[in-house]
Amino acid sequence: MAELKLTNVAKTYGGKVDVLKDINLDIKTGELIVFVGPSGCGKSTLLRMIAGLEKITGGELQIDGQVVNDVPPAQRGIAMVFQSYALYPHMTVRENMSFALKLAKKSKAEIEQAVTRAARILQLEDYLDRLPKALSGGQRQRVAIGRSIVRDPKVYLFDEPLSNLDAALRVATRIEIAQLKESMPNSTMIYVTHDQVEAMTLATRIVVLANKGIAQVGTPLELYERPENEFVAQFIGSPAMNLLAGEITGTGAITKVKLHGGGTVTSAVPTRDSDIGLQVNVGIRPEDMVETSGEDYAFEGKVNITEALGEVTLLYFDKVGDNNAVIGKLPGIHADLRGKSVRMAASPDKVQIFANGQSLYYR
Amino acid sequence: MNPALQGLVTIIIGVGGCLAYFYFSNQLLDKVLLPAKGPNAGRNTNRANLIRPWLFLFPAVFALGLYLAYPVVATLWYSLTDRNQGGAFVGLANYRQMMAEPKFWEALRNNMLWLIIVPAASTAFGLLAAQLTDRIKWGAIAKSLIFMPMAISFVGASVIFKLIYDTRPAGQNQIGALNAVWLQFDGGIGSFLILRLLPGALMISAAALALYLAWQAVQAIREKGMGAAAVLRAVLIAVMLYIAYATLGLAYGAFTNVHPYGVPQTWLTIPGWNSFLLMVVLIWIQTGFAMVILSAALRGIPEETIEAAIVDGANPFQVFFKIKMPQISGTIVVVWTTITLVVLKVFDIVFAMTNGQWETQVLANYMFDKLFRASDWGVGSASAMVIMLLVSPILIWNVYNARKEMR
Repeated sequence: MAELKLTNVAKTYGGKVDVLKDINLDIKTGELIVFVGPSGCGKSTLLRMIAGLEKITGGELQIDGQVVNDVPPAQRGIAMVFQSYALYPHMTVRENMSFALKLAKKSKAEIEQAVTRAARILQLEDYLDRLPKALSGGQRQRVAIGRSIVRDPKVYLFDEPLSNLDAALRVATRIEIAQLKESMPNSTMIYVTHDQVEAMTLATRIVVLANKGIAQVGTPLELYERPENEFVAQFIGSPAMNLLAGEITGTGAITKVKLHGGGTVTSAVPTRDSDIGLQVNVGIRPEDMVETSGEDYAFEGKVNITEALGEVTLLYFDKVGDNNAVIGKLPGIHADLRGKSVRMAASPDKVQIFANGQSLYYR
Repeated sequence: MNPALQGLVTIIIGVGGCLAYFYFSNQLLDKVLLPAKGPNAGRNTNRANLIRPWLFLFPAVFALGLYLAYPVVATLWYSLTDRNQGGAFVGLANYRQMMAEPKFWEALRNNMLWLIIVPAASTAFGLLAAQLTDRIKWGAIAKSLIFMPMAISFVGASVIFKLIYDTRPAGQNQIGALNAVWLQFDGGIGSFLILRLLPGALMISAAALALYLAWQAVQAIREKGMGAAAVLRAVLIAVMLYIAYATLGLAYGAFTNVHPYGVPQTWLTIPGWNSFLLMVVLIWIQTGFAMVILSAALRGIPEETIEAAIVDGANPFQVFFKIKMPQISGTIVVVWTTITLVVLKVFDIVFAMTNGQWETQVLANYMFDKLFRASDWGVGSASAMVIMLLVSPILIWNVYNARKEMR
């Protein structure tokens, strides 16, 4: 029901310390946008600026075409779910959920109806008269979500809502949030997390924040398959994408790169004739690596450690030349590869090429 | 020997004696009585550990028994005997005699007034100071200043305030701050605003507040129906109506009373007002205590609940009264009851400022009067028992609440 537009939004503390700058983002109605990034990248700060809990020190934030930089949080049409749930400990579940409506001087019937509806959606009907301390973590989380649903906001803001839950509950609640989103296709949601799995599974689009700005915006699979830069390439996916230094030896629709201290890889990333001899980093995801016995291999290395996880085996290679340590991920169990020298290759469409940190695919 | 030197020696002997007791009794237990060696080493260690707490608690238990428990029993006994008859048992005669004295009822009435006003005012001011000082840069300085009176003895504070309330004959320079201010009023427009309109408006708003609360209670009875809670609410309504009536009376007085402008007042001799002037001293002292405890409690409130309330649309007042206050209600009760205990025992302030004259008597000073001036141990002990009876339930409630807070 709402569009957000961020234009050159910036955050500076005390006029000196830049936390965020030049954030440009268009969020369309019905999208679930996930902010991810390393600790301290300002993703929570950006969310709090949208909520109105932090002052926007530069640029403009529009909700539904209206500039809301100086509009107090309650009048922005947003609702927020906090990491610690932030339930009012002295109020019952019902009072927690109806607090905002009472402040807005809604009629009793209206409040009752909204609370009942939210409780039904979140299966909290049996707990309405309990205090938060008598609820489990997952239930508290649902109350926190319920508190925002009753207000029927234009935009939902989630600040790491699952990070206080244990692993099993996190998965269950994640699916509940996905279902909730599905049942409210017109609501816009912004979700902050440091957990990639949450980002990949929930997001319509992911915003990767790094280095005070946006590193890339795109659908989860765009980010996974076509990262714009080395940062996104290594941030999305686990274990992180391997980066191997090399030199372009063949250009055209198919690019050939000779790796330092290794073999030659071909990539489906097109290059220009002038790129010959360019020093680049080749990116290959561990799960895209295959074992090969032929002469057409990317590199050959001695397997230092293996980690057999059952469905996959992780191979940790010794350093090849001055390259970073390489990790491979093979399906099945390959514990016997430890200590052996193995040749690895990858299909050309899975190989990325980065020059100066930026992907050659996007230039 | 110089008294200061004597004090030093006493401190050294006292503290050194304590340390010596703990050290040597512990050594005796571990090395001589139950040594942790030989065939019974394990058993001896366990037994020594069972005995040790009692060994260390013994001095405290002994001293408390000697100086607290025994006097209680002894006072109870004295209150039932008569000195003039050589300590013969006289039953409740002392209590009857005390009940017949108007001064006792005056003391009881004053104590009740102190009991209501001082804890309420100290807690309210403390809460206000705690909330406001948390938000400003020089809050720490403000806090230290407000807390400072806690370091002054009650007698010292009384002397300070006695100077504030001091009176000199008209025409001389007033050294008392209150009279110096009072003499500025001449019955003009300023006097009307400050001495009539301001208190009158305050009283009228207090009456309005009381009526509003009573109305809320009426609504609640209508909504939630009859029952035990309804009885309590009915009592509340009656109290509120009385308060509204009383404050309206005071408002009327504020507009109609004839003020003796230009005449220095001997404040402490004006019955009715002087008790309040004494209470100010204790409020001044206790506000700092309330502020420190409540400030810590306010800081303990999770910041996110406040932010959630802001997002929910609460204004600063709603955040304070609906989110912060309920979350520290336990601490407020503990602070309130702790101050109540101090108030019930209040003695020094009244003793030093009026000595109970001009209708300012309180129970503790009454007891002192009887016990040490009239040398009537019977009635004196009886009044001490009354104080203890009043303090005990509040003390128990206080300890109960404080323990609940700690959990």
